[in-house]
Amino acid sequence: MVRYTLKRLVSLVISLAVASVVIFLAIEVLPGDPAAYMLGVNAQEDTLAALRDQLGLNGTAWARYSTWIGGMLQGDFGTSYTYRTPVAEMIGDRMQVSLPLALMALTLSTVIAFPAGILAASRRGSFADVLIMGITQLGVAIPNFWFAMLMVLVFAINLRWFGAGGFAGWEAGLLPGLKSLTLPAIALALPQASILARIMRSSLLDTLTEDFIRTARAKGLSRAQALRRHALRNALIPVLTIIGLQFSFLLAGAIIIENVFFLPGLGRLIFQAISSRDLIVVESVVMLLVFAVVMVNFAVEIAYALVDPRLRASR
Amino acid sequence: MKPFTFLTRAGLASAIAVTASLAMAAPRTDLTLGQQLEPPHLDPTSAAAGAIDAVVYSNIFEGLTRFASDGAVIPGLARSWEISSDGLTYTFHLAKGVKFHDGSSMDAEDVKFSLDRARAEDSANAQKALFAGIASVDVVDPMTVKVTLKAPQGNFLFNMAWGDAVIVAPESIENIKTMPVGTGAFKFANWVQGDHIDIVKNPDYWGTPAKLDKVTFKFISDPTAAFAAVMAEDVQAFGAFPAPENLPQFDADPRFKVLVGSTEGETILAINNKMPPFDNVKVREAVAHAINRQEIIDGAQFGYGTPIGTHFAPHNPDYVDLTALSNYDPEKSKALLKEAGVKTPIKVKMTLPPPSYARRGGEIIAAQLRQVGIEPQIENVEWAQWLEGTFRGKDFALTIVSHTEPMDIGIYARPDYYFQYDNPAFQELMTSLDFETDPAKRSALLKTAQDIIAKDYVNAYLFELPYLTVANAKIEGMWVNAPTQAADMTAVYWTE
Repeated sequence: MVRYTLKRLVSLVISLAVASVVIFLAIEVLPGDPAAYMLGVNAQEDTLAALRDQLGLNGTAWARYSTWIGGMLQGDFGTSYTYRTPVAEMIGDRMQVSLPLALMALTLSTVIAFPAGILAASRRGSFADVLIMGITQLGVAIPNFWFAMLMVLVFAINLRWFGAGGFAGWEAGLLPGLKSLTLPAIALALPQASILARIMRSSLLDTLTEDFIRTARAKGLSRAQALRRHALRNALIPVLTIIGLQFSFLLAGAIIIENVFFLPGLGRLIFQAISSRDLIVVESVVMLLVFAVVMVNFAVEIAYALVDPRLRASR
Repeated sequence: MKPFTFLTRAGLASAIAVTASLAMAAPRTDLTLGQQLEPPHLDPTSAAAGAIDAVVYSNIFEGLTRFASDGAVIPGLARSWEISSDGLTYTFHLAKGVKFHDGSSMDAEDVKFSLDRARAEDSANAQKALFAGIASVDVVDPMTVKVTLKAPQGNFLFNMAWGDAVIVAPESIENIKTMPVGTGAFKFANWVQGDHIDIVKNPDYWGTPAKLDKVTFKFISDPTAAFAAVMAEDVQAFGAFPAPENLPQFDADPRFKVLVGSTEGETILAINNKMPPFDNVKVREAVAHAINRQEIIDGAQFGYGTPIGTHFAPHNPDYVDLTALSNYDPEKSKALLKEAGVKTPIKVKMTLPPPSYARRGGEIIAAQLRQVGIEPQIENVEWAQWLEGTFRGKDFALTIVSHTEPMDIGIYARPDYYFQYDNPAFQELMTSLDFETDPAKRSALLKTAQDIIAKDYVNAYLFELPYLTVANAKIEGMWVNAPTQAADMTAVYWTE
């Protein structure tokens, strides 16, 4: 087990190192100079040089790479070129929006998808099934930004129940904070819930044809009992995998919804940083996301090994 | 009339009067102003971002002189000045009792510090050229500063009105980017990055105090979201509103008013004057005649914009209307191309930066140019790419951009500037303008300058960018025009 864990750990470090090089190189080849962006069209050569010097852009690529990685290893994410504030602080601020938003959307999508998927599977071919399949088909097909704009039109402009966007800030209290995230969370959750409900249904239907379900039915369990006690748990595995994927997507991929609702989230931070060539921010945020994904994978691999003794022995 | 009816009526009337007076009693004193771009930081003296000035200019920071809404240069922290007869020394008399927001007094030392910092060797001032003519800054006494120039400079007072020339204090310079300390009628209060900035009234302001207690700048980059935020009244005003197509809707709604003003933004189709065949003035003239300005203004700007025929703002008293030199005449355009010996169709590279005037306008211009045999290959670029490839790298034939700096006809005297116009006669004219302080002679020189570049067809001049503001109908005192990128909130108030 120790050997296996060590091996996994080494591969984790290697993938992080490779990722850091790829990220750095990708950003190096991006055309555009952060200093020129900041100083605009009337900047003089000597001013540009002075600013590049202040930002530490004049060193060799290798020197800049090692400064960046060296800082990261000590928990220092560097200072944003344009905002002149520590990157770690910026990420922390944006997380206050992105993390609750992702959690809200995920919770909402699960709460909708589970009952819908189970209902559709247990009454296959019924009116409820057809209806749920129809609605989820629509949910997958409708672009979430369009749905978001529609909600703004109805709930913010016409009914005035919500603001059209923006984030009240947690300092304003829990309720105003949650309120400003409600519409965005619904917009994000709708397509996710549709996908999840369809996967839940098909996974359940697959499981219901398995031998152990037939055995359970033969023991005298009703269809509903067999579904609840035996099928559901087995059907959950692909569903959980999808939920995991959705969470990482929601965390950084909500950029369009963040734009529609002008929320200061992680996605918009990356977008702004790319367009203003705030390279240090792009590098650090992307690296952090890679780190998060790699860590989740690592934890899953360790969990596999704990569950399945064959994995430990064979490696 | 029965007595009780009368009494009831009287009671009702007085009830109405009471309600009305309650409503009249307290007009709002806070305002949320939408803007499209968030400033990267809050130091106007070390970045070109107009978004910085759009928050801090005149609200937080003030300079020796300042722009009024109509573009005139008026006294700022310097209440009066004397100019020596040779035009070389400016003696500024500062306002009395001016305090920075941290409580320290503003005096001549601060002025010297600010100007010296801006022109220092390691200065990161984006408009360092504004200060290049200064030979020395001397403190005469705490309330008097003497600036000596290397040579007479006709627009020195104008230069000192820019947001890049505001007065800062050495004590607070270190954290100016996140904690700006100025002398203005508002103090910086709070910044939730990515969302909003709050400024609050400065109770110790030396001049006319602000009417509002608090202003929140809310940053909404997406035009559709900006529309929704105004409609839902999340913001009570939106400066430089990004979606002109929605303005008629606001105009028709009694809750709002639409202000259409001018900017200093000459929107041009810039031509690479060194790249064949555009090094031939006939070909550039052909481009100018192939363009139908009104079609671009209607199509890309939904009718908002003033046609221009040279690189000068139409609201400026010295402006000359030269649009007739480049009237829409595709037949003439074809003839000129033939005369120049250009084999059509010819493919040329056209880069388009993100603003909608460029992206939408570019499509229309491309279609117009195709009519005469010039086929632009459109390349959409981000600002950073535009700056590196088009502006610095000069890798373009055509590009569309709005030059928003005030009074920037001087860029045509810089042969290495991205459109690479090199005309010694024009450069000489600009030098003599620098030395000229007589208003009448300056005016004549400026008119000649406009004429030269229009007749050389350096670029194709399209329209002056409008300044579009949507505001709640009960708000007064907003700047209608944008002589510089500013949202001066010092005179803004609610009528009820």
